[in-house]
Amino acid sequence: MATDILAPLTGKIVRINIEPGASVVEDLEILVIEAMKMETPIYAPCDGTIDTIIKKEGDDVEEDDVIAIMA
Amino acid sequence: MIAPLSALVKTTGFMYLTPGMIFMWFIGLLLIYLAIKKDYEPLLLLPIGFGILLANLPLSGLMTPEHGLLWKFYEYGIHWEIIPPIIFLGIGAFTDFGPLLANPRLIFLGAGAQAGVYLTFFVAQFMGFNIMESATIGIIGGADGPTTIFLASKLAPQLLGACAVAAYSYMAMVPIIQPPIMRLLTTDAERKIKMKKGRKVSKREKLLFPIVSTFLIILLVPASAPLISMLMLGNLFRESLVVERLKHAAQNELMNIVTIFLGLPIGATMNAQAFLQPKVIFIFVLGLGAFIVSTATGILLAKAMNLFSSQKINPLLGAAGVSAVPMAARVVHKVGMEADKKNYLLMYAMGPNVAGVIGTVIAAGIFMTLLSS
Repeated sequence: MATDILAPLTGKIVRINIEPGASVVEDLEILVIEAMKMETPIYAPCDGTIDTIIKKEGDDVEEDDVIAIMA
Repeated sequence: MIAPLSALVKTTGFMYLTPGMIFMWFIGLLLIYLAIKKDYEPLLLLPIGFGILLANLPLSGLMTPEHGLLWKFYEYGIHWEIIPPIIFLGIGAFTDFGPLLANPRLIFLGAGAQAGVYLTFFVAQFMGFNIMESATIGIIGGADGPTTIFLASKLAPQLLGACAVAAYSYMAMVPIIQPPIMRLLTTDAERKIKMKKGRKVSKREKLLFPIVSTFLIILLVPASAPLISMLMLGNLFRESLVVERLKHAAQNELMNIVTIFLGLPIGATMNAQAFLQPKVIFIFVLGLGAFIVSTATGILLAKAMNLFSSQKINPLLGAAGVSAVPMAARVVHKVGMEADKKNYLLMYAMGPNVAGVIGTVIAAGIFMTLLSS
């Protein structure tokens, strides 16, 4: 079942540590969002494989925007 | 030969140095050190530190009424109440009130965290400060630099330097002062509470907010008008989306320019004679007390609200009710993530945090209304 990785807070993506096809485990740091001049690490919601990455580094995201989809 | 030489020496400042002045140099240098090495509010503490050095060099005449350069900055910038409102214009331009509108009940936390201001007001009077001075010291508990300066210049100009330095020091030390209080007053389970998503806030709501707030707050507390009007005008620049240039100027160029003219004369009010008094130590102690009480009451109020509501609030958010924006919100976010690394409180904390700014301005307005007549 596909799981969306959502932005938990509004900000700017400063780093993406994953690539399509990568397998991840729950709680792995997969990207970093900067908000209020502070970097917040975002963790994988569950075990799985990254299917597509929709956003790229430098993109601004709103809360609940889909950043990537896990297969 | 000797006589003209000694006359020449007397025109230099060396003959007029006092031990107090030299002591003040060290305080000035300490602030400069903290600004550069520790990154403690460098935008303010660096010019304040330099201003202190200047104020303690004899015969410079920089603070001579009517003539001195820094006196003019002080008189026309601060005493005339020009600079703090312009700073608020910039704050309004970069503040997003969205998180507040998304979770309106968190406004109460911004109000609850003003308790330290009022408690300290009474304690300071008990300790022998007069009523004007007590109000000025209490407002330090809001951890809001421009508001502290604004109130001090109206009610107790003799304390302005010390109160401003206390307020900015505590703002810089938010990440050190707040976490122990937050951990003490909350359980691990409470810190792990995840906030329910706020509702979506429309562009129209954000646009109406500064206009409606201006009417409401100024009608309620007219004395808060100088700060609130500028704050909301800046916010209207931001949310109207049609004056990007003005918004940009207010939050960047204009803010930076007035910051220079704010810090320097504040430092310059701190000459040895005015600053080296036992009073000043009490100001720092009382100000710190006010700030701690404000943090604690914010947290306790959040816990009290949880007793009456099925939708639990993470009580850490209460600590963001002090108006150090966004430092207090960042601290809440960090302490929340320590408990559960997938608990992202930052945006929720911005709600009480910006409410705290408005709360502190209103508290200052109430003091001015009651005391300046």
